[in-house]
Amino acid sequence: MNGPRNISEFVHGGEVRDMPDPNRCSDREWAEYVFYYDNAITVIREWWLHVASGYWFIAERHTATDEIIRTYDPSEIYKERVDFSKDAEEKTA
Amino acid sequence: MPFALLKYGLKKDYPFEKDADLPPPTELKSHYDVVIIGGGGHGVATAYYLAKYHGITNVAILEKGYLGGGNTARNTAVIRSNYLTPEGVKFYAASVKLFEGLSNEFDFNIMYSKRGQLTLAHTDAAVRGFRQRAEINKHFGGNTELIDPQQIRELVPTLNMNPSHLPVLAGLWHMDGATARHDAVAWGYAKGATQRGVELHQLTEVTDVIVDNGRVTAIKTNRGTVGCGCAIQAVAGHSSLLAAKAGFRLPILSYPLQAMVTQPVKPFLDPLVSSPSLHCYVQQTSRGELVFGGGSDPYPLYNTRSTMDLKESLLANAVELFPFMANIRLMRQWTGLTDMTSDYSPIMGLSPVENYYLDAGWGTWGFKSTPICGKTMAELVASGGKVPALIKPFALDRFNTFRQVNEMGATAASH
Repeated sequence: MNGPRNISEFVHGGEVRDMPDPNRCSDREWAEYVFYYDNAITVIREWWLHVASGYWFIAERHTATDEIIRTYDPSEIYKERVDFSKDAEEKTA
Repeated sequence: MPFALLKYGLKKDYPFEKDADLPPPTELKSHYDVVIIGGGGHGVATAYYLAKYHGITNVAILEKGYLGGGNTARNTAVIRSNYLTPEGVKFYAASVKLFEGLSNEFDFNIMYSKRGQLTLAHTDAAVRGFRQRAEINKHFGGNTELIDPQQIRELVPTLNMNPSHLPVLAGLWHMDGATARHDAVAWGYAKGATQRGVELHQLTEVTDVIVDNGRVTAIKTNRGTVGCGCAIQAVAGHSSLLAAKAGFRLPILSYPLQAMVTQPVKPFLDPLVSSPSLHCYVQQTSRGELVFGGGSDPYPLYNTRSTMDLKESLLANAVELFPFMANIRLMRQWTGLTDMTSDYSPIMGLSPVENYYLDAGWGTWGFKSTPICGKTMAELVASGGKVPALIKPFALDRFNTFRQVNEMGATAASH
């Protein structure tokens, strides 16, 4: 999958960030997560989609040089499946 | 040379510009009542109105490069107020009014040229949206009508009415649409401000913001530290980086915005033409060059590089609108950094730090707001933090209370 390709084949999916628990966090915490960014000049980790194959992956990119330092499969970070239904059940119970 | 002109040129009362230059650089003082960070249009406009209307002249503008050398020099110089939200329309309509009188006010030609802006609708949904925009616009002080294809043909005879098999169904005709010389706007404000005693310090980079007990007390620069009564940040493109120095985050991501210009040709295009469906806007300058722009780049970046794929897609769409343009050569391109907020409205007013005021989040709509922004920011500062009604909706706090001002009319090309 990796290798030089045209940037037009890809869609940017935003920075990789930990989502706070929407059922328990405060409005301020949720706003921080949804709207606020460091937006710094540094290497960031972000989601990218290879449109032609439908493959989502994570890339490390420098926000000033536009250099892509590393790309890898999300399974390197996300080892477990996030279960939203559990929280929903607790709330209705 | 005609003899009369020569004679007139040698006479004493020849109307030459007496204060053509800005005052020579001085040393930084140890303290200013107001420090404005950023010597672009917004910064110098704020200083100008502070001095003119509020008599506050112990002001320093700190600019890391040169006057108006950042995004003020990198926009496409469009002025308009055909927005969708009542808050937006009121704000930008006030700006258009100020722009109209600026050349007289400065006694300096900003080359304000009112040609009208035409936005094309290619789908039924766009026609409905434009009808709503026209009504809201008229109600809150804009000058906008929905027009039919026949009227569009009369306004722009050279336009292809069926570009990319997307027939032009209607147009949003904004009579207040205009352009002005962006450098002249910055120079006019800077001269007006410095004549009244404001200090403009170019090549003065802010390296840190000193916050003591939740208040700004001083600004560190590459030329030493200056104390301040209050500070305003007006550094479009780099707002997040400066806010980080003051100790807080902003709901902003910075994207490059590329624009380009062709070689000059005979005048054929009077209005500014844009098409949201084709992600493209085209206008002809008074020199005959064609200026093209589109939406921001598709991912955040602090870089003003040029990319081939954006040029290809933008120009393909422009050629669809005006097919004969295919033979014209592209002369140069440039890029500005846009501070995008998620609701396409600016962030103006108070910050989490006391006496530190924000003028940020200007995305792709900063130039057209220069006069009203300067005026309202000056009011805010002069009153010691009482937010003027016109900019209250644009408070940073709106993101924490989920009261965004969702401005779908923010750019001529949709995002």
